[in-house]
Amino acid sequence: MPTRRETLKRSALVAGLLAATGLFPQYAFAFNKAAFEAKNLADVMKALGASAPTESKEVAIGGPDIAENGAVVPLTTSTTLAGVKHLLILVEKNPSVLVAQFNVTDAVDANFATRSKMGQSSDVYAVAIMADGKSFFAKKEVKVTLGGCGG
Amino acid sequence: MADPMRIRAQVAGDKATVRVLMAHEMESGQRKDSAGNLVPAWFISEITATHNGKAVMTAEWGPAVSKNPFLQFTVKGAKAGDKIGVSWKDNKGDTRTDEATVS
Repeated sequence: MPTRRETLKRSALVAGLLAATGLFPQYAFAFNKAAFEAKNLADVMKALGASAPTESKEVAIGGPDIAENGAVVPLTTSTTLAGVKHLLILVEKNPSVLVAQFNVTDAVDANFATRSKMGQSSDVYAVAIMADGKSFFAKKEVKVTLGGCGG
Repeated sequence: MADPMRIRAQVAGDKATVRVLMAHEMESGQRKDSAGNLVPAWFISEITATHNGKAVMTAEWGPAVSKNPFLQFTVKGAKAGDKIGVSWKDNKGDTRTDEATVS
């Protein structure tokens, strides 16, 4: 039984190998590709250089309890924490978990809403990454009656 | 060139709530066409919002954001008559910038 650390190390290695083969980077992304291709929360955090998140009541995720159409799931994220740098929305069971990353400045509220695709019922996460690298999350379960990722 | 965005910016107290609807296909890269070939991903990857020309917010999106994406955010200190600009760039290098006036 491999430990969690070993598993993480291995998946990072495999991702590196895949990237090296040039199989899947068809486009030159200006943004953090590793984060958007990560398959789980821990990998996303690593790709963004943040520590493993802890649950916090000051981060909020909003969405429907039951989404009838997985192609359009309205999700909101907000936090009351001061000094937040990024707010992320993640859907745990999507092929790539990271949906959106919002870079917060002093001129905007740490409160965003968008719509996401969801392949199946899953936990959705809001993660707040602070300026000092600490991170906090909130999660919510959204049930999907019709998936929105495949054809 | 893609279709224009629809931007609404409304004052609420000393802030303005900005709602943006973009016209974009947002292909996830997971879908197959009728011949069984994977449809390549095509999505908005970067968003920048400006308030009177000054960047106030940026966002990075993956292909999991819905087709014709919706975005809502709140700009502090925006007054009626201020200009809110939003621009996006997709993974094929297309860009679009639109501007709206706060009301």
